[in-house]
Amino acid sequence: MLRGNESVAYAFKLARIDVFPMFPITPSTLVPERISKFIADGELDAEFIPLESEHSAISAAIGASLKGARVGTATASQGLALMHEILFIASGMRLPIVMGIGNRALSAPINIWCDHQDTMAERDAGWLQFYAESNQEGLDLILMAFKISEDKRVLLPSMVGLDAFVLTHTMEPVDVPEQEEIDEFIGKKKPEYLTLDANNPATFGAFGSPSHYMEFKYAQYLAMKNASVVIDEVFSEFTSKFGRKYSKINEEMMDDADIVFITLGSCTGTAREFIKMKRKEGKKIGLLKITVFRPFPKEEIRKALKGKKVVAVIDRNISFGFGGAVYGEVAAAMNGMDESPKIVDFIVGLGGRDITFNTFEEVLSIAEKAMNEEVDEINWIDVDKEAVEKEEII
Amino acid sequence: MKDEWLFAPGHGMCAGCVVPALVKHILAIAGKNTFVVNSTGCLEVATTEYPRTSWKVPWVHVAFENSAAVASGIEAAMKKFGEEGNIICFAGDGGTADIGMQALSGMVERGHDVLYVMYDNEAYMNTGIQRSGATPYGAWTTTSEVGKANPIGNLRPKKPVADIIAAHKAAYVATVNLAFFQDFKKKVEKAMKVKGPRFLHAIVTCPTGWRADPSKGIEIMRLATETGIFPLWENENGGKKRITYRPKKFKPVKEYFKLQSRFRHLSDDIIEKIQEDVDRWWKEHSE
Repeated sequence: MLRGNESVAYAFKLARIDVFPMFPITPSTLVPERISKFIADGELDAEFIPLESEHSAISAAIGASLKGARVGTATASQGLALMHEILFIASGMRLPIVMGIGNRALSAPINIWCDHQDTMAERDAGWLQFYAESNQEGLDLILMAFKISEDKRVLLPSMVGLDAFVLTHTMEPVDVPEQEEIDEFIGKKKPEYLTLDANNPATFGAFGSPSHYMEFKYAQYLAMKNASVVIDEVFSEFTSKFGRKYSKINEEMMDDADIVFITLGSCTGTAREFIKMKRKEGKKIGLLKITVFRPFPKEEIRKALKGKKVVAVIDRNISFGFGGAVYGEVAAAMNGMDESPKIVDFIVGLGGRDITFNTFEEVLSIAEKAMNEEVDEINWIDVDKEAVEKEEII
Repeated sequence: MKDEWLFAPGHGMCAGCVVPALVKHILAIAGKNTFVVNSTGCLEVATTEYPRTSWKVPWVHVAFENSAAVASGIEAAMKKFGEEGNIICFAGDGGTADIGMQALSGMVERGHDVLYVMYDNEAYMNTGIQRSGATPYGAWTTTSEVGKANPIGNLRPKKPVADIIAAHKAAYVATVNLAFFQDFKKKVEKAMKVKGPRFLHAIVTCPTGWRADPSKGIEIMRLATETGIFPLWENENGGKKRITYRPKKFKPVKEYFKLQSRFRHLSDDIIEKIQEDVDRWWKEHSE
């Protein structure tokens, strides 16, 4: 039995990280605590750097990775936001750093509970993004992230999101692979990139003028495209070695579905049980879980949603002035598709508000209404709208 | 010697800028097995425009405020791999005294084996002469403008960065001035030998920002120390400051000011006040 944070820590240990830069933040602090203990007990031979901020933690990660080290770190929320500037530099310098995120709301008001605002705000940072439904997925995805990120066709950093508290602090049964199995699966890190080397001096992070900058960005764009292929390869190799199946999107009960719920992360379990219950009542609902958000699995989603009537996107984030981030991406993926389903957005579970069957009842009733008539594009669920509207001038 | 320089010419630093000379002499002493972390600033921008570089040692720039943190990561990786080598950060006064202070403080407190060099031209010169925490009292900059309501310019005293780092009990802290080459060389050599966090505060003339004759960079720097404005000292593990050069006869601060138009607005009263501040410092540090 492991907490989600322990899954991340065990994955880092199994990956034999060389350097672990860190700064504590709720809800991911248990990751560095466990790593510290692994090192103290002699179970992990890694350098632990307790930095004075997350900004410095990710900066140290860049330094270590550039020296050829395998680097893992963990953060959440404000910590990830503080890293923002440097996230783009890690990906721009093509360094395969892997980071565990305890997905948590952003201030203000300050809130330590789950939503996906922190990682969604970084979706353009050039990192691969994975979202775990369970602690097992958290462990597996961190391990696979190293293999994917370090692939010379990719060389981009990865972040793996585990929902705050719901996963980070909750015990679940987790199958922890044997060290030898992981050594064989990931292998020792041989940097497939230039490193800081006195025998082969190179200049990193140079000044890129308008005549060169765009080519660097195009290279990153291609690397993300490559990542899409490499992810499929690594997921399928993982399945053949460890038995657990992974795919960028996970489709369940989709064959005859008219309405599809799209989820990320831990609320997928609640949605699954809800849909199973409703199916007994004869409702044709399907479930599509997005595990890989960057690179965004456009093709897979287009294929999965073809011929569906209504898609209910469960967004645990809000892009103010637009709607949910996942909604925007799913809608864009449908661009130009014949008979695109009606796509409806649901803003739910911000700042740790529970996502329950009642939440999904409301989602379903709006989605069913959307089968035959117009409904609002963006729907906030489980929120006391009257209380707010009374105060705000509308 | 010339063939051995690890910092190549042909870069875009301003005429008369002293930073390239500072860097090449430090690298000459440090040698080839040196890893440089450079904060955003003139030095980084003007020496690495892709696909050219002036650096013949491994060099990395990440951002403005975090060289000390990047260096911490490099050092940790080298420790893990059992590698030996020098890690040197080069950062300006803005990247050190202001935006990089936190990362530097953390690096020193954690005891990383890194030499951090602050090249201090006393303002944000790369962005166009804006005041920094290291801008001295009375200096004109584009953000400490001089006018009827403010005839002085910068109203705050210079932040004592080297003292702050010494207070961390850093392994070695020294102020250096290329115009006093033997003192400079001795201190850099010492800094390369000592293990742990080390900090050098180097004064460098910026002819552009100091509104000075580009041919007088070293002369101005010599006056900075001869007038007592930029004292040369060193300190180990937070111990007592040791003055390494005590002018036999101090020159008046006015001589330093008159070569730089950034001070030309100062009235005799203000110059006298600055002179008193300098005199007081030396009185407090008399043998």
